[in-house]
Amino acid sequence: MSQHNPVKLWRFHGGVHPPERKELANSTAIRSLPLPTVLYIPLRQHIGVSGNVCVKPGDRVLRGQALTEPGVYGGLPVHAPTSGIVGEVIEHPSNHPSQLPEPVLPISPDGQHEAMSFQALTDAMSLSPLKLIQHLHNSGVAGLGGAGFPTAQKLSQARNIELLIINGVECEPYIVSDDRLMREHAEGIIRGVTLLQHILQHEQQQPEAIIAVEDNKPEAISALRAALGETHSNIRVQVIPTLYPSGGEKQLIQILTGKQVPVRGYPADIGILMQNVGTAFAIAAAVDKGEPFMERVVTLTGEAFQQPGTAWVLLGTPIQHLLECGELNPSEQQRIIVGGPMMGYTVADPLTPIIKTTNCILAPTAVELPAAENESPCIRCGMCEQVCPASLLPQQLQWLAKAKDHEGLAKHNLADCIECGACAYVCPSEIPLVHYYRKAKAEMREERIEQQKSEIARLRFEARQERLEREKIERQERHKKAAEAREKALAAREKQAASDDTTPAADKGASDPIKAALARAKAKRALQQEQQQEAQQPAPAATDIDPQKARVAAAIARAKAKREAMAAEASNAAKTEQPGDNNES
Amino acid sequence: MIWLTGIITLAIMALVFGLILGFAAVRFKVEGDPLVDQIDEVLPQTQCGQCGYPGCRPYAEAIANGDDINKCPPGGEATIQKLADITGREAKPLDAAHGVEDTKKVAYIREDECIGCMKCIQACPVDAIIGATRQMHTIIADECTGCDLCVEPCPVDCIDMIPVEAKTERWRWDLNSIPITVVNTVEAKTAAAKNEQEQP
Repeated sequence: MSQHNPVKLWRFHGGVHPPERKELANSTAIRSLPLPTVLYIPLRQHIGVSGNVCVKPGDRVLRGQALTEPGVYGGLPVHAPTSGIVGEVIEHPSNHPSQLPEPVLPISPDGQHEAMSFQALTDAMSLSPLKLIQHLHNSGVAGLGGAGFPTAQKLSQARNIELLIINGVECEPYIVSDDRLMREHAEGIIRGVTLLQHILQHEQQQPEAIIAVEDNKPEAISALRAALGETHSNIRVQVIPTLYPSGGEKQLIQILTGKQVPVRGYPADIGILMQNVGTAFAIAAAVDKGEPFMERVVTLTGEAFQQPGTAWVLLGTPIQHLLECGELNPSEQQRIIVGGPMMGYTVADPLTPIIKTTNCILAPTAVELPAAENESPCIRCGMCEQVCPASLLPQQLQWLAKAKDHEGLAKHNLADCIECGACAYVCPSEIPLVHYYRKAKAEMREERIEQQKSEIARLRFEARQERLEREKIERQERHKKAAEAREKALAAREKQAASDDTTPAADKGASDPIKAALARAKAKRALQQEQQQEAQQPAPAATDIDPQKARVAAAIARAKAKREAMAAEASNAAKTEQPGDNNES
Repeated sequence: MIWLTGIITLAIMALVFGLILGFAAVRFKVEGDPLVDQIDEVLPQTQCGQCGYPGCRPYAEAIANGDDINKCPPGGEATIQKLADITGREAKPLDAAHGVEDTKKVAYIREDECIGCMKCIQACPVDAIIGATRQMHTIIADECTGCDLCVEPCPVDCIDMIPVEAKTERWRWDLNSIPITVVNTVEAKTAAAKNEQEQP
């Protein structure tokens, strides 16, 4: 097939050829290790939120039993990799360069390794993609290539995918996990690829799939080709030249298609989806055997190991256990690196657990991989620029990062740096360039978050000020209205009083017309007098103000009494430390 | 004659330009002070009042009117530097009279001790506390700016200021803060020795 029909390959800018050192671990089959004495299962082993714990301390769990469930935020579940007793959730050093403690669920294995009955999906090809995606989510499958992005989420967000790339490049020196997996489980990988094609079909059209492998893994290539046979017309194995970092997502897409992923975009934007070979294998196991994601292949390598190689490692296994299994012969200042020599990070605590994204434990001798400590000033040789796979200007970025010029860094597209370490590898001054970039990226991210938060706080503050202002105006209006109403009522009452004075006088002398006339005249005079008096001095108003004053004084006295009572109560409450009455007035 | 023409011409021109300028002044009048907005933008918006003004906006206005730029402890040196850039004044060290730069904190109400007095709710400048009279109150941690203003009014002292915990996804890649990366080699050595003994 593709051997006879060579396809055009492109190349990306830069790249380096570090010593591969893969022969240390790739000659032996993937081992099965004895059970560790304790497993530390981090609740979050992937990008995104963690699920809710759904087991209680002291529970006995079986292999494959879910320990967390998605919860309201839809976190990816984690599963018990072996049978044993669950402990209480504790804070434990995380498998992260920071080693900051994160919640883990310890499991004490009981040695039975008893599995629950797995529910395989029979006839998966007739199931809807949605159902398969849901199944993958429940199985806890995450991308094994590096970032650990939940696979179900990646697949459900993908639209109109025309090309599926299966990444078996494994360009980082030392690491051979994918290499061994391809050699030994090529059928499983191919099965995973067909499932992925089924999930990604649109308009009855399945995307073409390319399994990309570097030419330094001939055994893996022939194993994949043998497993592929002639039956899968829309899957092909593509051999690419060995060059670091060909396995980077954007770099591999460029090699295979000549297309570049847009800045701040995703491969899905140009109709491409990439999955790691390990992920494809995990998908096949989850669907065909119903096995949730509980273990992965980890490379144990470096000259400090007496028994280097690859092994199926249960998630949550402390690194210490792997050091023992690989028969580490540690030196005085033994470094333990998670990942490879280019992109890995050292861990300080040997009880750090293996998580879904851990592909390699590297224990080099001091001669083999000396720790870079002799940082010298940049001499502007430009070698870093020659090798940068993202076509950036590493030395310029370094100056800007040291000056904390975040605007300049953004202008020089620091966000496009994939932190592959090629620039630091070639740097004659041994400048840990990537470290500066990571730090600058983190600072920029923090600045952005703070900016957003302060913007929200500002809006909330302004909204509150507005509300207070509005309430004040409303209150004033209410008071004004109440005052008006009071005045009106007062006037009405006065009128009533005046008419009350006149009418009885008229009634009195109703029997005698003369008396009545006299009375009427008298009343009229009296009324006139009264009106005159009213006009001369606002006496009635004055007489009415007095009761008003009295009312106010009474209210003040009442309020005072209430406040005193409350103060007494509050002090009582404080003394007895019991919740007292409130003083909301 | 010529000088008369000159004077008339210049007078007419002055009148025309005067009218244009007068029209522009009315038509394109700038509402508010853009400098205040710029300053307000770089202030941390904690609304804590440590500067002596009731909120960040009033302080921004005060700076625009000539007040010192070093009165904002939550912003710290970084904010002072930015304010210096905007206002063109010299950056000064933080004025200790207004407080010192502290780690970021979030208020927390010990809920079983809360008596529901509403006093903290009235004090919160960003409405980050929810609750009702005689009902337990609680803080929306994501909205809390850590301004401290709710601590003082609480009659039962049930509000704590808790430092924000560091998280891996928001780690600042400060490798120097990690303990020296030397694996406990003794343990591994003994384990290796044990393995050797088991396999003669």
